[in-house]
Amino acid sequence: MYALRKWSVRQARLLEASYALFERCLLAAAPLFERIGYERLEKPVAAVERVVKGALFDCQMCGQCALSSTGMSCPMNCPKEIRNGPCGGVREGGYCEVKPEMRCVWVEGWEGASRMRQGDAIAEVQFAVDYRLIGRSSWLSVAREKSAAGVERATEARKA
Amino acid sequence: MSAGLEALAFTDPSAAESVPGYPLPILPGHSSPGRLERVLRAGHFAVTSELAPPDSANPADVYERAALFDGWVDAINATDGSGAHCHMGSLSVCALLTRLGYALIQQISCRDKNRIAIQGDILGGAAMGVTNMLCLSGDGVQTGDHPEAKPVFDLDCMSLLDIARTMRDQATFQSGRKLDSPPRVFLGAAANPFVAPIDWRPQRLAKKIAAGAQFIQTQYCYDVPRLREYLSAVADLGLRDKAYILVGVGPIASARTGDWIRKNVPGVHIPDAVIDRLAGADNQKEEGIKLCIELMQEISQIDGVSGLHVMAYRQEHRVPEIIERSGVLGTRKPWHPNRYDGDATLRQHLEQQQT
Repeated sequence: MYALRKWSVRQARLLEASYALFERCLLAAAPLFERIGYERLEKPVAAVERVVKGALFDCQMCGQCALSSTGMSCPMNCPKEIRNGPCGGVREGGYCEVKPEMRCVWVEGWEGASRMRQGDAIAEVQFAVDYRLIGRSSWLSVAREKSAAGVERATEARKA
Repeated sequence: MSAGLEALAFTDPSAAESVPGYPLPILPGHSSPGRLERVLRAGHFAVTSELAPPDSANPADVYERAALFDGWVDAINATDGSGAHCHMGSLSVCALLTRLGYALIQQISCRDKNRIAIQGDILGGAAMGVTNMLCLSGDGVQTGDHPEAKPVFDLDCMSLLDIARTMRDQATFQSGRKLDSPPRVFLGAAANPFVAPIDWRPQRLAKKIAAGAQFIQTQYCYDVPRLREYLSAVADLGLRDKAYILVGVGPIASARTGDWIRKNVPGVHIPDAVIDRLAGADNQKEEGIKLCIELMQEISQIDGVSGLHVMAYRQEHRVPEIIERSGVLGTRKPWHPNRYDGDATLRQHLEQQQT
């Protein structure tokens, strides 16, 4: 929902802190996820993620969430799906080139980033979307990759 | 190589003759064998222009349009469906013109092709002698003549820059698969300092440079104070020596056209003062040319500007006159294929081959 999405950007700082807490919970639950099996969890968790982030951010479930690096404004709502905006077509007052009635998600994003503690992350180049991950849960991939077990797996993979 | 020829090739890049269509040697520290990179690195003030690709399958239409610029520009941009309108493709224009020896800037937009097609085009362009590539996200399809088309946008300009640089410097595709011979290209990107969010535009330039941009061509500049602020912010970020900035300029045909452009073409900022000046002139078209020339002269004096990119939509035939009257090239006459003087150049080429 557009109004809620705009509220989320205004509350970027609050959402940043909430997510940091939530990520800690995800990592703490990672051993449990391991035991149940990530593939078995994929569908139900993705469904919850779709509803929650859909309401807050108009999340499009790209499966590789970058909200922490985009000022809490979802780049997949950019009609050009630009992961490193804003493009050069922004209209007077910060409105979108393609949808003139919508504020540019990247103008919003830079404003959101300026409110965040780690807002500087917006200066890092985000690589293009991996289309194999579309529709999958970003939360689970955070748990899988950032947890102790995940870090261990990555180190072993590098050694091999 | 004889001492005389060596001196010629290394001191005045624009004087380095070769058989048109044959690659020049890559100078130490350069990414490409191209003339544009040579001119910029040598500290000359560069001028580029863009060719409006024809709605035609006749190669003569491309040759005629390119010949207009002979002796006035250091490279010609081959646009890639600009404004999301159908025209002859960028790669095809490059194919026709590199065979004659022209220096091209192949524009690559992310709107119409995915990463598989784009990486193929980068190899193909470089193989044909394209030495400069401009990496763009591209205009949305709704601005063009086929608003019902599927927008691709598999990449954006930053990912595209990153991929092109990886292909050149690591000699691999994005997948990691090895290239037998990497594309030796000078990489460019666009910038628009004139539209919202003004405060963030310099940071976005920093991202483009981090992703691999070596030269920048800006959107049309009609607001010099805004350009100055942008350039000083860019310098404050420590980016002055990281990329060559070519500022976009162009004549406006009339006050009405100018007003239409600023209301309908996304990304073009034209202040009221410019429209008023045109409206008050007896001959608006000539006033537009005069204004463009004055802007060129003023912009060329600003610190941090390495050149100009002249976009004279529907007035391409006036580009030589505009550049000449502006005097921005000084006494320099950019190389063009028709300067090829046959035997002397061939002799030099053969001599280089032997050493």
